[in-house]
Formats: sequence, C-alpha cells, structure tokens
Amino acid sequence: MNPLDPRILGEWWNTFLRGLGLAEGWIVFINGLVVTLILLGFGLTSVIFLIWLERKFAGRIQDRLGPNRVGPYGLLQTVADALKLMTKEDITPDNAERVTYNLAPGLAVFAVLMLLVVIPFGPGLIGVDLNIGVLYIVAMGSIGIMAALMAGWASNNKYALLGGFRTVAQLLSYEIPMVLAMSVPVLFAGTMSMHGIVEKQARFQWFGLIMPAAFLLYIISALAENERTPFDLLEAESEIVAGYHIEYSGMKFAWFFLAFFLNTLILSAIAATLFLGGWQGPFVEQVPILGVFYFFIKTTAILLFFMWVRATFPRLRIDQMMALAWKVLVPMGLVLVLLAALVVKLPIPGLLQNLILFVTNIAILLFVLGAVGRHLRKEAERYKVRYQVSGIR
Amino acid sequence: MIPLSWFLAVSAILFVIGFFGVLSRRNAIAILMGIELMLNAVNINVLAFWRYTQPENPAGLVWAIIVITVAAAEAAVGLALFIALYRLRTTVNIDEVDLLKG
Amino acid sequence: MVLQAIFILVALFTIGCALMVVLHRNLFISALFLIASFFGVAVIYVLLEAEFIAVAQILIYIGAIATLIVFAIMLSRGMMTGRTSPRNAQALWAGLGSVILGIALLYVVAYRVQWPVVQKDVPADAIARLGSALVGRYVIPFEVASVLLLAALIGAVMIAREKEV
Repeated sequence: MNPLDPRILGEWWNTFLRGLGLAEGWIVFINGLVVTLILLGFGLTSVIFLIWLERKFAGRIQDRLGPNRVGPYGLLQTVADALKLMTKEDITPDNAERVTYNLAPGLAVFAVLMLLVVIPFGPGLIGVDLNIGVLYIVAMGSIGIMAALMAGWASNNKYALLGGFRTVAQLLSYEIPMVLAMSVPVLFAGTMSMHGIVEKQARFQWFGLIMPAAFLLYIISALAENERTPFDLLEAESEIVAGYHIEYSGMKFAWFFLAFFLNTLILSAIAATLFLGGWQGPFVEQVPILGVFYFFIKTTAILLFFMWVRATFPRLRIDQMMALAWKVLVPMGLVLVLLAALVVKLPIPGLLQNLILFVTNIAILLFVLGAVGRHLRKEAERYKVRYQVSGIR
Repeated sequence: MIPLSWFLAVSAILFVIGFFGVLSRRNAIAILMGIELMLNAVNINVLAFWRYTQPENPAGLVWAIIVITVAAAEAAVGLALFIALYRLRTTVNIDEVDLLKG
Repeated sequence: MVLQAIFILVALFTIGCALMVVLHRNLFISALFLIASFFGVAVIYVLLEAEFIAVAQILIYIGAIATLIVFAIMLSRGMMTGRTSPRNAQALWAGLGSVILGIALLYVVAYRVQWPVVQKDVPADAIARLGSALVGRYVIPFEVASVLLLAALIGAVMIAREKEV
C-alpha cells in the first residue's frame, strides 16, 4: 500500500462516495464535475504563472530584468495586467457581426481547454483515457482554426480578415506535419491512448530519443500551430497590425491571450507525453507521485525551449512559411511514418529496432538540414548578386 | 436505450433539409452545404444500423469512413470549381451560369 | 432516460442548425450553423458509440470541409449579402416536395418497417477491428478512396490555380 499513489487515492475516493450511499450514475457525474473543475482551475491559474515566466525569461535572454515591480520578483504582474484588462472598455465595432464576434474568443479558449482532458499528468492521473486520444487532440486543434476565422471575418476589418486568412493557411498547413509527427509514436506504441503511449516508453525508451527527427518535426509544427515567433506573421505588428484579434479589447482580448498561453502549455505537455516519456522516470514504479514531478519537469523544459526560440529568432515571410511546411516538413513526415511502419514490422528484437530507427532518423535529419542549408546559401548568393547590380550594399 | 427509429427519424429530417437546400438555393456554395448535410444524414443512418444490427462487424464503420472521404474529395473539387467560376464570371449563382461558351 | 433526453436535445439542436443552414440569407452565418450542425451529428455518433467516427467527423468535416467552405465564401466576397434573393424560382416547389418526401420517410420509419434489432455491446477492440478490416477485407475500397483523394487533390489544384499571365 502506497499512500502517494494517485490510483489508490482514486479508489479511496470512490469508496468514500459509495459509502455515502450514492447511485453509480451520480458518482460518475460527481467525478466528472470534480475532474473538470480541477483541470479548469489548473489550466487557468497556470497561465498566470506562464505569462510571468515568459516575460521574465525573455527579459533575461535579452539582458533585461523583466517585470519586477508588482509583488516579489514581479510575480503578481500578470494579476495586475488581468485586472487592468478587466476594467478596460469592451468595444464592439459598429459593423461587426455581433454574435460571431463575441463567440470567437470563447471558442478559442474552449478548443484549447478541451485538450486538457486527455493529458496524462501522472500514473492514473488523466481526465479521460480515450482510446483515440491522439486523434482527439488533432480534432480539437482544428476547432481553434474556426475561432480565428470567425474573429477575422466578424471584425469587419481588412487587417483582421488578412490575419484570419494567414492563420487558416498556416494552421492547416502545419497540421499535416504535426499529425505525421504524432503518428510516428502512435505507430511505434501501437495505441492512440495517451496513457498507453506513456506506458510504452518505460526504461528510457523515450520516443524522442529513439526518433529525434520526428521529435524535431513535432516541435517545429507545434511552434507554428501555436503562432509562436518564427511563425508569428499572423499577428505581425509591422504588417497587419495584430492579425485577427485587432478589434478585440478588454476581456475579449484577454481570452485570446489566455488561449495562446494555454495552447503553449498543452502543446509542450503533448510533446512531453508523446516524445519524452510523460511521467516515466527513475523510481516511478515505487513512488508513483514522482511521475507528476517528472511530467512537469519535461513540460517546463519544452516550454522554456519555446520561449527561448521566441526571444531569439526573427519572423518568417509568408512564402517561406508555406514552403517550409509543404516542401520540407510534409515529405520528411511522410518518410518518417513510412520508416517507422517498416521498422516496427521487422522481425528483430526491440533494441535493434530502436537502433535502426535512431540511425535512420539522424540520417534523415542531416539530409534535410543539408538540403535546406544548401538552398538558403544559394538564395543568399542570388540576393547578393542582385544588390551588387543595383548598387545597394 | 434509445430506439433505432429515433436515429432514423433524425437522419430522415436532416436528409430532407439538405435536399431542400440543394434544390432551393441559388449560390453554389450553399448547394454544396446542402449536399454535406445529406451526406451526414446518410452516415447517421449507416452508423445507426451498424450499432443496432451487427456492432461486431466493422463494415458499418468502414462505410462511414468511405463516405466521409468522398465528402472531403467532393468538397475540395467542388470549391475549386466554384473559385474558378468566380474568377471567370464573378458569380457563383448557379442560375446565372447558363452559357455553354464562357 | 438520461441518454434519451440527451438525444432529444442534440437532435433538436442539430435539426435547428441544419434549418438555419438552408434558410439564413447570410452565407457566412449559414456556414457557421453548418459547423454547429456537424458538431451535433458528431455527438449523435458518440451516442451510437462510434467515437472514432465522431472524432473523424470533427476532424474532417469541421477542420477541413467547413474551413474550406468558409474560405470559399470569403474568397467570393460580396456574394454573401446580395440584394437578390438567396433562393431560386423553384424554391416553393422544392419546399413542398421536401416536406412530402420528409413525411413519407418518417411514415416509413415510424409505421411501415420493424427493423430487427439485436441487443449487443460494441466490442472493446472495435477500432482495432476497423483498422484490420480497412487493410484486410475492405482493402480495395480503401485504396480506391486514397486514389480518389489524390485525384481530388491534384484536380483541385489544377482547377483553382491562377493562370500565369
């Protein structure tokens, strides 16, 4: 008996509810309600911390201090910002399509919050262990696209519409490499259940270590799906002002902001689950509560990586963004899926399979990086010639 | 358990609504939306019969997946046609497109 | 009891949204109602215990088809709030015919046929069975569907591509 095992805690809770003399249906209902409230509370409060972390981290990278006025280390800065946003005037443009305009921010947050249900936070700590968990994640991601499209159209503003178009183009394009990258661990684990995938990664057989190319593919597409910096031309201030949420103010803008940061958190959590073994780690069998700790360590590491990229890289042009998706990532993803499917069927021991996958993945990665690098060098050469001809240095 | 006939009734009503949309709308995109509604109705029907007659046989699910695939292909080609039409004639109203030679 | 109540609510929602799709003047709004209606159909699939198809419905219908439709509506902007009627000349007859067809279908469903129903549960490995059926017994339809998708992909690009001026 281990008091720190969440599964035993759940058993105890169910026995407690049954002891109260409740019917089975009510127990299911109460459990659902409790889980929903916990996930909602976790999601919404974590965003406050996330925003602080992102600003502080970006500040340190850029040799600034970051927020440091409100509360210790500026921790309460986000709370102050939220209060400010709440007291701001809530504007709806005259020619906006009212219902759609007001629905879009809610839909954006809804699409992201629904994803929290299938994230395994620890052994037995999962909202619902759907047997189609990965497919569910992909499906919910596509609802977020609709929110951007609705906001862009309903605002009745040309920048908003342009931003909406760009968002749809980018999110649809990068959904494909993302699905391909996610189907590699699914193929390898033989299940679409998030919990099942984590359990297949015991003893450091993390899919991210075995298949680094798939992991990188996921990370790049996640950056694009999250509209993060190399791919943030959707809300590029210098081109289309603020993208599809240009007309939103006050709390409605805050909803979009919330959806953005929650999405970052959830995409990192999915990366940790699919590629870094989720809650797997040393001594998890003996002390299951350690799993939660491992999970958050891995999620935070990927989060910090996302923030690092955001604080470092310049923005892509729209044609570069599309070319990267369709000419580099999609073919690479197809090859990786094919490779994983072939290797899984090979009649050889698991360790050898892992080794073959690792070597071929590295080879694919080197090949792709080499090809992209060659192309970029050629393009740079062309630009140099053109500038010399026109006399611009 | 929900009676089978309820699903069939919903499917029938949805089909008829889609049918009405296809026949009565002028805009080609609206007609396409009607067709999608009809395909959805068909899928409800297929899955209802799968669930209530032989849930152990995956044929019903396969059928539903093929219907969804065909719907996706049809939507892609149809909308491409409409966009080409709009470029050519600046209209997507079906009753204004009545010339053999554009 | 609870399931039946949920079913009635979802069915009413789906049908109401579908009606708005064919009746609303503004094409963009009807596309949004179409999405809501797709969502309702997905919930009906869940009630039929076909979760895989329900998620596929959300992924393909809402994520791809509805997005495409909305995109097409936006690209043919100015067409959605025309001064002319959204309905054509035969709308009245179409409505009449649809109502008659609907009554006939409902009559058949309610009174004419007693479908033989079995009380069986969906097997736990339904999705695994579906997967092996798709590449086993039904491999030909599966391959034909993939060829169809490829053809549609190429065809759509070819048709919608702007001619080089």
